[in-house]
Amino acid sequence: MVLFLIASGLSLIFGVTRVVNFAHGSFYMLAAYLAYTLTGALPLGAGAFYVAVGLAALAVGALGAAVEITLLRRVYRAPELYQLLLTFALVLVVSDVVKLVWGSENKTGPAAPGLAGAVRVAGQLVPTYDLALIALGPAVAAALWWLFYRTRWGVLIRAATLDREMVALLGVDQARLFTGVFALGSALAGLAGALQIPRQALTTVMDAAIITEAFVVVVIGGMGSVPGALLAAIVIGVIDAFGVLVLPRATLVLTFVVMAVVLVVRPWGLLGRPEGQARSAGGAVAAARGVEIPGAVIAALITLLVVVPPLLPTFYVWVLVEILAFALFAASLHLLMGTGGMVSFGHAAAFGLGAYGAALLVRWAKAPMPLAFAAAPVAAALAALTIGFFCVRLSSIYFAMLTLAFAQIAYAIVHQWYDVTGGDNGLLGIWPAPWLASPVRYYYLALAACGVGIAALAAIGRAPFGLTLRAARDHARRAEAVGIDVRAHQWLAFIVAGFFGGIAGGTFVFLKGSVFPESLAVPVSIEPLVMVLLGGVHSLAGAPLGAALYKLLDTVVTRYTEYWQLVLGTMLVVIVLAFPRGILGVLGVRGRA
Amino acid sequence: MSPARVAALLVVAVAIALGAPSSAQAPPIRIGEINSFSGIGAPFTGPYRQAIEMAVEEVNAKGGVLGRRVDVLFRDDKGQPAEAVKHAQELAAGEKVSLIAGTFLSNVGLAVSDWAKQNKTLFVAAEPLTEAITWSKGHDHVFRVRPNTYEQGRMLAEKAGRMKYAKWATIGPNYEYGKRAWETFRDRLRELKPDVQVVGEHWPTLGKLEAGPFVTAILNQNPEALYVSLFGSDWIAFVREAKKRGLFDKTFVVGILLGEPEYIDPLGLEAPEGMLVTGYPWYDIATPAHKDFVARFTKRHDKNPVLGSLVGYVTYLSIFEAIRKAGGTDTDKLVAAFRGLKVETPIGPISYRASDGQSTMGAWVGTTKLDGKRGVGVMVNHEYVAGEKVLPSDDDVKKLRSGS
Repeated sequence: MVLFLIASGLSLIFGVTRVVNFAHGSFYMLAAYLAYTLTGALPLGAGAFYVAVGLAALAVGALGAAVEITLLRRVYRAPELYQLLLTFALVLVVSDVVKLVWGSENKTGPAAPGLAGAVRVAGQLVPTYDLALIALGPAVAAALWWLFYRTRWGVLIRAATLDREMVALLGVDQARLFTGVFALGSALAGLAGALQIPRQALTTVMDAAIITEAFVVVVIGGMGSVPGALLAAIVIGVIDAFGVLVLPRATLVLTFVVMAVVLVVRPWGLLGRPEGQARSAGGAVAAARGVEIPGAVIAALITLLVVVPPLLPTFYVWVLVEILAFALFAASLHLLMGTGGMVSFGHAAAFGLGAYGAALLVRWAKAPMPLAFAAAPVAAALAALTIGFFCVRLSSIYFAMLTLAFAQIAYAIVHQWYDVTGGDNGLLGIWPAPWLASPVRYYYLALAACGVGIAALAAIGRAPFGLTLRAARDHARRAEAVGIDVRAHQWLAFIVAGFFGGIAGGTFVFLKGSVFPESLAVPVSIEPLVMVLLGGVHSLAGAPLGAALYKLLDTVVTRYTEYWQLVLGTMLVVIVLAFPRGILGVLGVRGRA
Repeated sequence: MSPARVAALLVVAVAIALGAPSSAQAPPIRIGEINSFSGIGAPFTGPYRQAIEMAVEEVNAKGGVLGRRVDVLFRDDKGQPAEAVKHAQELAAGEKVSLIAGTFLSNVGLAVSDWAKQNKTLFVAAEPLTEAITWSKGHDHVFRVRPNTYEQGRMLAEKAGRMKYAKWATIGPNYEYGKRAWETFRDRLRELKPDVQVVGEHWPTLGKLEAGPFVTAILNQNPEALYVSLFGSDWIAFVREAKKRGLFDKTFVVGILLGEPEYIDPLGLEAPEGMLVTGYPWYDIATPAHKDFVARFTKRHDKNPVLGSLVGYVTYLSIFEAIRKAGGTDTDKLVAAFRGLKVETPIGPISYRASDGQSTMGAWVGTTKLDGKRGVGVMVNHEYVAGEKVLPSDDDVKKLRSGS
């Protein structure tokens, strides 16, 4: 039921504001720590815990409102995904703030006074606190129902969920509505976090542990649907409880399999509504035209990349290789999200399966390194062929979440298939052939592979295929009306993006010499997303630029401070506020003005 | 020459003369330390780092190693193997460190170890527990300090195999550590007690344990004893749900690592009593060297040491000793020095085996009990089991290593 609370808040925020709020898990964590401290500090005896829960939820609700007013509001005019970038930055900041204030050791929260025992239900001891939470879920759902169906504010929220432009046209003050929704949604996350402390340990990674699951619940239930979130939370709860008994080895992935099945069968979640012609992600991207990078700049950059590295210290050559790999990785994602309007949360699948494809060939077939390197994109493209077949049937956030589900399934397979993949101990000894092993030589291989890859992606974007993709992105129905097979084009784009993501993965695995399931994990999907947005989603060139900027910042900051998340997060916030369309996006607008 | 210039020259000359010893002195010894200071390993690496800082401060106060000051460059791997390799490249190529040390998570340790093998750089793995580091993936350039999963599983089995319990279940995180912790324990247990029967194995996702259903499932299988390799936040969540459902009253629990202050201290007085665990009873180790170590650590950091602190301290004592023995920081000589290296530590002498580079540092096996005064669980009736007692013979190690 805790899952329901956090998911209903997330669903509410997305339903009304269309903000994909990664920071929702951070609010949850923050409230847990606040409640922990308040329980100890309040001189109220047994009641302290309950008062602390309420105060923590309120405080986090207020924080949510403050974040909306001071940060998110500034970027509503930007393409919608930029709010996602801001919330990602907040995740980093909150994580380090918690570490600074409370330390990184695990903490055990207080027990809930009066509810610490257990009662016998059908022969099993069930903790009374769990029963209280089970009762609380429907109670909160009922309260929300009353709010939505019996108050004017609720009517406005429902209207905004259905058609936000229409509500705005009718003269409703959107800013206040959004602030209110953010406060309520964050308070629900806070309530969930505070209520969790008698059951779970407080850790500095509890935000990451909950946020993916919360998104899963929201999507299974249907974005913006509170009853859907309740239903989905129950479904996931039951799966968690019984999956343990039926398929103990599959616990890692069961929820994602369920989400994939639900989305394939019901693309809008259990209780969600089909969206009309999406006015969401795609439309916003279409609003601005790409920035053309002058040929002279490109020529100069290529010359620099060819001439300078042999003069650099070895370490910077390694960093450049990593940047090249991620530049191509981000560029391949750009084909999907920029040109195609399909935002993927699971692009790590291409990267990781490319890396594993190459590594497995080396490990099991003793393949020579160049052959294995060449196999990486093939492996990734084959995976994309399968995954894309299902995903392109969906749009917007549902597409994103289905890609995430497949990436997680791939992660779970790689993680659990010890005999072949080595499980979490990974595959070791995947080094370049001796004649390519020197840093500079490997750099030139990477430059060739990734440079050609990015050039190819640019050519694809300009080719009739790319233009067709844009047409499908900007108005799928009209595109279909003129005879374009939208799905086939999107599917092909998915495969192409997978192919180039695979090259990036292959470049990366021979740089590191080993590969682990982490290369398929959620952060690897989020990073290229952040890079594309940072550089500017309107132009392919933004992706490599964003990749270079992000990787350099990360490398430098991590080296000099233990609190790299705080510094990096703050920098990202500043960058997003200064360049609300990404760096190239803003420069492009200024250039034309 | 004017008097002023003469004076100035004199000043310069004196300055050079005074500065000469320090500038003629060999440059500092640089050691690269990579560990998970953020991410999933973060709760356990802080006290480890503090002990390293203490070890370095102490050795430098005594004039350094071979008359050279020791500098440690800390890098955060964020819990990610690829990130750790990046730091290793930077530390070796950019900072010219003499060796790499550290790591907490097994996969990060393996990634750095493989990098060290490829680049012929010395890597002293401090905390990762996987056997693979020194055995199936072992090589000449890696040494490991902490007793591995196999050793600790064996130590517990030696005790548990002499008890009455025949019906066993297990719960552990679904990755290599959890599986190996159980397998080594179970195999030895069966040797000692052939009638052992396994009624249930549970592998929840690391860091995401929803404990209630697992506790219920275990209770329904009705084992006499439960082997636990959960740790950190999973262990805390498990204890809470298990207590409410009466699991600890019905079932004897054996917990690998769970007597370490890292895992028992956060539970406070909720720590279960009567468990058989491996751990580190720092409060009870009465040798003067160890008492002194605890006193210095407590004075410096205003809190008690945890196992990570001891491991960090022993790791750097070992590195200093190896450098002394090698007479410098040449990698080949350091590697040779580490083979069979003997180190005097706060818990007595340990050595690094020539056959696999595993240290003979052991662990304490004991039973948990609550200490009302300090408000935490402690270990009682404990016994130090040295690594030699449970490590496989050199011949067996050769077989294990030939696989790689």
